[in-house]
Amino acid sequence: MAKVIVITSGKGGVGKTTTSAAFAAGLALRGHKTVVIDFDVGLRNLDLVMGCERRVVFDFINVINGDANLNQALIKDKRHDNLFIFPTSQTRDKNALKREGVERVMEELKQQFDYIICDSPAGIEHGAITALYFADSAVIVTNPEVSSVRDSDRIIGILASKSRRAERNEPAVDVHLLLTRYDPARVAKGEMLAVEDVKEILSIPLLGVIPESESVLRASNTGTPVVFDEESPAGRAYVDAVARFLGETREMRFVKPERRSFFRALFGKA
Amino acid sequence: MAAGNIVQGALFTVMVVRAASLRDPGFEKALAQQIARSPRFFQSAPVVLDLRGVENLTEASDFDTVRDKLHTLTLTLVGVQNAQPAQLEAAIAAGLASFAPNSGAQARAGAAAVPPAPRTRVVGEPVRSGTQIYARGGDLVVTAPVSPGAELVADGNIHIYGALRGRALAGASGDAGARIFCTRLEAELISIAGRYLVSEQLPAGVQAAPVQVALVDDQLTITPN
Repeated sequence: MAKVIVITSGKGGVGKTTTSAAFAAGLALRGHKTVVIDFDVGLRNLDLVMGCERRVVFDFINVINGDANLNQALIKDKRHDNLFIFPTSQTRDKNALKREGVERVMEELKQQFDYIICDSPAGIEHGAITALYFADSAVIVTNPEVSSVRDSDRIIGILASKSRRAERNEPAVDVHLLLTRYDPARVAKGEMLAVEDVKEILSIPLLGVIPESESVLRASNTGTPVVFDEESPAGRAYVDAVARFLGETREMRFVKPERRSFFRALFGKA
Repeated sequence: MAAGNIVQGALFTVMVVRAASLRDPGFEKALAQQIARSPRFFQSAPVVLDLRGVENLTEASDFDTVRDKLHTLTLTLVGVQNAQPAQLEAAIAAGLASFAPNSGAQARAGAAAVPPAPRTRVVGEPVRSGTQIYARGGDLVVTAPVSPGAELVADGNIHIYGALRGRALAGASGDAGARIFCTRLEAELISIAGRYLVSEQLPAGVQAAPVQVALVDDQLTITPN
């Protein structure tokens, strides 16, 4: 049975699209046929992060409106056969996300895929609500700072009250915390919230901690999901998070300050 | 003998006679006719007198009169219902029982009427930012953390078995006796019956402590538990 996962946060700029790309690619690498959908109508970015912006012909809104069929709009990733990108429209706005249309597309996608990743827009308005409405699972992307934590808390509340599962009194959407842009050195200095603080406030299970890493920016700019970069700590952290999502137990890495080696300290290389 | 065997509950069908109808001159005749139709059914049948809409009958002797009158019709008066406090007192003095509902005096009479229990709302899930929960007319019990930006409102007390990081407003409809209890106080705002303190007014000593909050001499008072 296909599973719908929403990547959401409430707050903008915390790493939803990066996470959507990495998570979808991570699931594909584990052998699951996966599609990642951009719900951020009018602010299309997923195609850039996935590196397929020059191959977009039809989009999500065209399919919702019946102007194109699903297979015309789905873009197959060149790096992995299991990975597909479903871009959105840049010229429309969130009102184009009609619930019946989205539902029909979701049902169609469920016939073809194991996992459907929904990259939510920021906010708690129509776009974000539509992105989370059909979810079976949610990954709450949170930065270790108070405003992000509060917005995450709000969106968890919305998942519990406005999702389809909530409306139909079905088992609740299963919610996971993914802490991104984590810098253990700054946590040690008290400039950032620690993992434990965030976990305690949100009281949901922790899926992973993604360290602040320059490889994330490089991955976005080159259009390569960061899990394809095996050298990158962030990429490895996403691989771990995907494994935990699939039920494996993995030790949390990158949560303690890195011990700088004598030579690194001496030559000032971070 | 076990104590439970001494007193046992049982249910009976009892006729109710409206006291207001006693004033009707045709009442006695009408009732007598009805009894004549099935005399065995009414033979010494227990009767409860419904006092709704009746202001007199405030002396024990009044009830003796009614009892005698019903006795001539083969009925046995056993109690009253819908009685005012004075009527209930007189009825009890006349050896009658109190049948619910009776207004007010149940405690004084020590009788069977039980006040409806105030409704308590119990919430077992974390209360998320942006959520408001109102326990109308009763207490609110939360067995999970309350996030910043969440709001708890109750007409009665608020109990939180967890951290209170949002707002809590007890005694919302003016009950100055309401209290707030929590196992960890990190509230944005606490209020009882309209008196409130915001986060920066909370004394440093009670931050993150288990506390109760009450209104003492019209001042919000926080006591560590």
